[in-house]
Amino acid sequence: MTESARDTGPGATGFAAQFDPGAGRLTLAGHCPMASAPVLARELARVRTAAPAALQVDLSAAGGFDIGPAWLLHGAVADLRAAGSRVDLHGPEPRHFAYFGELQAQGGDALPAEPGGTFATWLADLGRRLATHVRNSYEALVFGGRLLASAGTVWRSVKRLRIPSVVRHMHETGVQAIPIVAVIAFLISVISAYIGAQQLRPYGAEIFTVDLVALGVLRELGVLLTAIMVAGRTGSAYAAELGVMKLNDEVDALESMGLNPYEVLVLPRVVALVLVLPLLTVVADAMGLAGGALLTSYLIDLPWPQFVMRLDSAVADTTFWAGLVKAPVFGLLIALTGTLRGLQVRESSRELGRLTTVAVVQSIFLVIFADALFAIFFLEIDF
Amino acid sequence: MAAPPLIVVRDVVNSFGPQVVHDGVSFDVNAGEIFGIVGGSGSGKSVLLKTLLGLRRPDSGTVEVEGRDITGMDDSELRAVKRRYGVTFQHGALFSSLTVADNIALPIVEAMDLDEAALSRLVELRLRMVGLPLDSAAKFPAQLSGGMVKRVALARALALDPAILFLDEPTAGLDPIAASAFDELVLYLRGTLGLTIVMVTHDLDTLARTCDRVAVLVDRKVILDTLEGIVANEHPWIRHYFHGARGRAAIALQEGGDGT
Repeated sequence: MTESARDTGPGATGFAAQFDPGAGRLTLAGHCPMASAPVLARELARVRTAAPAALQVDLSAAGGFDIGPAWLLHGAVADLRAAGSRVDLHGPEPRHFAYFGELQAQGGDALPAEPGGTFATWLADLGRRLATHVRNSYEALVFGGRLLASAGTVWRSVKRLRIPSVVRHMHETGVQAIPIVAVIAFLISVISAYIGAQQLRPYGAEIFTVDLVALGVLRELGVLLTAIMVAGRTGSAYAAELGVMKLNDEVDALESMGLNPYEVLVLPRVVALVLVLPLLTVVADAMGLAGGALLTSYLIDLPWPQFVMRLDSAVADTTFWAGLVKAPVFGLLIALTGTLRGLQVRESSRELGRLTTVAVVQSIFLVIFADALFAIFFLEIDF
Repeated sequence: MAAPPLIVVRDVVNSFGPQVVHDGVSFDVNAGEIFGIVGGSGSGKSVLLKTLLGLRRPDSGTVEVEGRDITGMDDSELRAVKRRYGVTFQHGALFSSLTVADNIALPIVEAMDLDEAALSRLVELRLRMVGLPLDSAAKFPAQLSGGMVKRVALARALALDPAILFLDEPTAGLDPIAASAFDELVLYLRGTLGLTIVMVTHDLDTLARTCDRVAVLVDRKVILDTLEGIVANEHPWIRHYFHGARGRAAIALQEGGDGT
């Protein structure tokens, strides 16, 4: 085992390190720049595993060392000596060794240990997570309270509602979302009409495809898909916008001017989304019915006038409203989640990414959860 | 100064469309010196720094680093030159998703194949070199003060034992105590390691305390001299810069306290 490690990488410097375990001798030759540190580190690792009782380090053929490799050599020598080995350096010692003496006098003894998998660290981790949850719930409570308070002041004097800001957000979250919402609603009703017609045909009940599409779109699919789309589009945008403002201290700047960030930033966004989501739902409903009409005329040869007549008998007066009343609630949930998560961003861009994701996932979850509650509620009151 | 200069800049011209930023800039940076670059806003300090770093090719002229012209190099040659550089950015530019230790280890891990033990030893060395407590290694950049961020940035810049260190506004945003500690650190590293340091700075105290020579960017050219020479220069902008109230105070302090 006397093969020598020679630096042959790009920009090779001809540095060579060779450890001879039999003789307890480490021979270093040539100039050792930082690029040759791996060569040195490998030989030093061999020395460490061999743990010789005595080591001769031959530096007589060695050139200059960069600080990095010199430090590795210095550390290895110190470790061996601490373990009780005799280490002798022959030849000029690297010029940085004197500097290392000064360095070690400062800064503490060792790098902090990697957290291990002990019970104590597990418990500490659990505690930290619990504390984070408690703090998050507390913040959500404060958020809700401050938002209600500013909503109260705005209620008393509508002048304080920032109309231009509300309009801008309605444009961004509503008008600009129309194409995608329309396309999604159209496609989903095409899908349900197609599946429905196929399933109902064996019973000769194709005509009920109209009922299926109309009830499905108006009661559930139109509003739900719109809300999910808006959660992805706007929930993330709200969280990211407010998060960046938080990181730039813009929120603090507002407060230092005596402005209430909940009134300036949060409320217009919430109001805008609560207003916009029902409007988008109407668009989605219309497009959904159009898709249904198109597909039924194609699949079961039902002409337009008959589709409308069938629709009239299938749909109760309340069907449309049963879908639409859910829209403002969904809008509120999405807007609150997005703005809350945005305001929770602090410290770093990593937080921003994490909380934006959290905002989208939670708002979609909340929308679906609320929809389930609505379904039970409507069933109970026979709406 | 018998050794050949480390960086030789000759007749560099940089322009953005019709706007000429540098019109024939020439200077040398000698090995082992601390070289300051000064200039008003928009005078092209950052453009000059980018040109030296090889991030921007000048319209004409040459930049030689250790005797080799980097303006005509292809990417792989340029990468080899950049290995010889350590750079810190004005706002630290630490990677916010990595701990301090991982930030410092990143250039080492990317450049070479080292075992964990050696890697953590090298991280420890860099932390010690910039005077940071070792227990800061596990922290994230967001948990550090401004002064510590600058030190971690310096530790990362030193990770591969560069021959040349570029510091962009190293003391901007630091309180005077932290700034002067940073100055001392820079001087100490130059003294013990013989590093060559090029710094862009607006901090007159830093300029007076650390820089051997100062290049002033005015009128699309460079005026290069020792600090005393620059201070004595009659150019109106330079007079204004160094003989304004702040400049006089910094230089007076320096001359009074430079008896060491």
